[in-house]
Amino acid sequence: MEQRGINERIQKLRNQSVKAEPHLSIERATLVTEAYEKYLGRVETPMLRALTFQHIMENKTLCINEGELIVGEKGEQPQYAPSFPELCCHTEEDLEVMDQREKIFFKVDEQAKRVQREKIIPFWENRSMRKNILAQMSSEWLDCYESGIFTEFMEQRGPGHTVADGKIYAKGFLDFKADIEEHIEALDFLEDAQAYEKKSQWDAMKLCCDAIVTYGKRYAQYAKELAKHETDENRKAELLGIAANCQVVPAHKPETFAQAIQMYWFVHIGVTTEINPWDALSPGRLDQHLYPFYKKGIADGTLTKEKAKELLQCLWVKFNNQPAPPKVGITLKESSTYTDFANLNTGGVKDDGSDGVNEVSYLILETMDEMKLLQPSSNVQISKKSPHLFIKKACEISRKGWGQPAFYNTEAIVEELLRAGKSIVDARQGGSSGCVETGAFGKEAYILTGYFNLPKVLELTLNNGFDHIGKKQLGLQIGYGEDFKTYEDLFEAFKKQLHYFINVKITGNHIIEHLYGKHMPVPFLSIITSGCIASGKDYNGGGALYNTNYIQGVGIGTLTDCLSALKYNVYDQKRFNIKELLQALEDDFVGHDYIHNLVANRTPKYGNDDDYADDIMVEAFNAFHNEVAGRKTRKGGVYGIDMLPTTCHVYFGSVMGASPNGRKAYKPLSEGISPEKGADRKGPTAVIKSASKMDHIKTGGTLLNQKFTPSVVAGDQGLENMVSLVRTYFNLDGHHIQFNVIDSKTLLDAQRHPEEYKDLIVRVAGYSDHFHNLSKELQDEIIERTEQGFH
Amino acid sequence: MRKALLFNIQKFSVHDGPGIRTTIFFKGCPLTCQWCHNPESQSYQKEILLDADRCTLCGQCEKHCSQQAIRRENNQLLYDDGRCNYCEMCIDHCYNNAREVAGQEYTVQDLMKEIQKDKAFYEQSGGGVTLSGGEVMTQIDFAEELVQACKEQGIAVAIDTCGYAPSENFLRIMKDVNVFLYDIKLMDSQAHEEYTGRGNALILENLALLSNHGANIQLRLPLIEGINTNDEHIQDIMNFIANLRIDSISLLPYHHMGQCKYKKMNIKKTLATLSRPSDLRLEEIQSMFQQEQYEVKIGG
Repeated sequence: MEQRGINERIQKLRNQSVKAEPHLSIERATLVTEAYEKYLGRVETPMLRALTFQHIMENKTLCINEGELIVGEKGEQPQYAPSFPELCCHTEEDLEVMDQREKIFFKVDEQAKRVQREKIIPFWENRSMRKNILAQMSSEWLDCYESGIFTEFMEQRGPGHTVADGKIYAKGFLDFKADIEEHIEALDFLEDAQAYEKKSQWDAMKLCCDAIVTYGKRYAQYAKELAKHETDENRKAELLGIAANCQVVPAHKPETFAQAIQMYWFVHIGVTTEINPWDALSPGRLDQHLYPFYKKGIADGTLTKEKAKELLQCLWVKFNNQPAPPKVGITLKESSTYTDFANLNTGGVKDDGSDGVNEVSYLILETMDEMKLLQPSSNVQISKKSPHLFIKKACEISRKGWGQPAFYNTEAIVEELLRAGKSIVDARQGGSSGCVETGAFGKEAYILTGYFNLPKVLELTLNNGFDHIGKKQLGLQIGYGEDFKTYEDLFEAFKKQLHYFINVKITGNHIIEHLYGKHMPVPFLSIITSGCIASGKDYNGGGALYNTNYIQGVGIGTLTDCLSALKYNVYDQKRFNIKELLQALEDDFVGHDYIHNLVANRTPKYGNDDDYADDIMVEAFNAFHNEVAGRKTRKGGVYGIDMLPTTCHVYFGSVMGASPNGRKAYKPLSEGISPEKGADRKGPTAVIKSASKMDHIKTGGTLLNQKFTPSVVAGDQGLENMVSLVRTYFNLDGHHIQFNVIDSKTLLDAQRHPEEYKDLIVRVAGYSDHFHNLSKELQDEIIERTEQGFH
Repeated sequence: MRKALLFNIQKFSVHDGPGIRTTIFFKGCPLTCQWCHNPESQSYQKEILLDADRCTLCGQCEKHCSQQAIRRENNQLLYDDGRCNYCEMCIDHCYNNAREVAGQEYTVQDLMKEIQKDKAFYEQSGGGVTLSGGEVMTQIDFAEELVQACKEQGIAVAIDTCGYAPSENFLRIMKDVNVFLYDIKLMDSQAHEEYTGRGNALILENLALLSNHGANIQLRLPLIEGINTNDEHIQDIMNFIANLRIDSISLLPYHHMGQCKYKKMNIKKTLATLSRPSDLRLEEIQSMFQQEQYEVKIGG
């Protein structure tokens, strides 16, 4: 095994993290059930959640791994993933599948199975949010959901995807508690009609402050005990150091670099234990948050560069120790990964708009390079002010071909956030989380509600709303392909179907939003999200300073090429009529070589800087945007769109027949805003130009994947060219770009001999994953994605 | 409207001059180098290519050809370019992607539209456009107009040339060209004629002319083992350029990648007898030039 890390300590910890097999941990489920059995019906819901949180933090197993300097695990040990029965109560069959499935498995031991069977299932099977949500959905919603028109993020995961800002480095939880108490004292029960609700929220938040403080103290005590029995003097001193740090944080604000990291980590464990706001919690602008502690430590001689790096590498191992909670069903298909999407934005600008790159930024770059771990997703924000050295160094790491760092455009992010009503300071301190989604860090609940299958809507438009795959009437009955005499007629019908399906989606969203607000407040997360303490409202109840919901469009490349194939061949050139095309689709192009050749190879395609196709992309993008953006959420915010897929383009492709662009039935759709694979034939500059014709600023994030063979970016000149590609894309307002630099020969070999390529990491879509963990289809797709080769 | 026949527009071209470039490949060349890796560049006419490896002899092209320009003989599909009117029906009906057309006509205006698409990349990277071929210098009227148009748009121009064109052509556009990528193949004129179809007197004369007029010159030496890689030949080159102003030298080792293109053109010629110099030999040649203080790199 490859030894990575600054020293032997880190190498050992990294090995432990990488080698450990993912397991289901039943401890949290047990504690949650105990708390609910005790308190359900006796206290208000926020307090029920707070008492549950407290019960977990007071009783969960403590873990200090050998040699580690930063402490706290979600499970009993590394790679043990807790479950969340209040959201999704796994059946016995689920556990079997989880244990046995080849990819993204979680080993489930007999004891866990027994507890699930005897304790968890009887209590939760009819109480879980999943059950509750699905019972409330209309038959139209259920049909669409099951047919792959859209997915639903909250079906088994809490509304999450959130990011910490700087406040946890400036205040301890006793300080937050004091703030909350001030609010409680100032309550006017005589005049304020909301006083009671507010008090129950604040009481809950207050209790969560105590709970996390207790958790810290337990670690201090535990470290002291271990120190007592430790024979190695060095380790003894380290354990006492850990104890000292845990005496300070999370109760008080951190004073040192190590304490600042430990503070973040306690908060991370708190938020992701409370419920699983998937996409974990992200540290966001970590380089900026840590820099004052770094500077102080270096100045007073208590910290060295090496020590700082060692601590960062300890944190990296901590992230990697936590697989995303086990998923099942469609949610597993749309997000088939262990990655929990904790995302770093290194670089960017400071709150005053000046360059944000500092010494810690470079330490983070070196750490991601040396550690080469899936988690955290270590990405960079590049602003016009970012030094050349910084972007060049980021490219140098990215060139190694495992997908990190990806590049985010600071100016685009700031503009996107300003457009969505954030203050300039909040916008500058914001960034991207999850895959690429924009948010005001620490101040916004920006909830992804589900992926939306854009090409499927076109498929239904051509078939009078009838789904030939699922054999069901899903959409409006407003005509078949041959009824549309002009391209404009066809596109109008597409827009009508789109309108209908978005209505179905958002109607469901409203109910789900309401259910979460009512049953699943998150008082701990609310403490650290600006607005919640001030308003006395929960994060899930609209308490955050900003509230936004997103629907994520998938398959814009495929959709564009389909529309282009129809417009160009049927309506403009009249090479064949729409009936002939539909017959070819029904036959999966078998026996229709001529039509297939024309639509696949002789039609303008998105990704070639060709306005014929790109104009269609813009029109389709605008149709989707205009349909969704600006609609009201139930928390007082508005809807926006993102253009990203995680792994959903594979799932969405699997529910579709052949499509007009020549794509065969059940094959994956295009991912993010990347072109359909094989469609882009003019190299990366043309792809970038095509992609930049979309108005990224109107979105909450877009994802562009570029794959290179190593020769393309070899040498110093290759590196400079890579920098130029990123800078130019960002000058054109592109939001995000990521690179895979691997030759297809290597990937094919890895597919044949997975055992020899355990360490091979590739960029999938907004995140990197081990190649051997990907499904065969996804592996094939990554191999097939156009290699941007040239001389 | 003046038109030129191009056989490719290569974007994100990174080995034909500084930065990110668009390389325009003009069709037609006065030389017929035996090692040419772009054989479709030689003829000044449009051509329909057939990739024999992909062709299954299904006969669809023959069936759909509107001019009866394709006929089957001895299990081969023969193509008569005299009859072809380039309607491309054979390509529409080639379901194995074995056919392609080499050669598309552009006006300066249309070509400028293509070139300007990547302007943002040129500006960011210090790149620009490279006119290559084929041989652009033999289509001087079009070239002059194009170079002027680029100049007006602030786009830097490099010209990749074999040097075999009337000297006055070089004089006409020299001052607006940022850099010439200039090939020297063989110093012995007779050998030059044997391998390329022409002697080298005009080529060397034009190189000296450009140098005397202060043009930026990047010398490009295609190196084919045993043909132009021995010490004497390298020494001859050094002697010739000793009094010229040469900015840098690129050593371009021969590669076999053109082989498949010969097959597409149904040219029976085999390139197997030509071979790439060893890495060791390339380094030796590199150091010979370096001893004379030249900046030398291997590759474009």
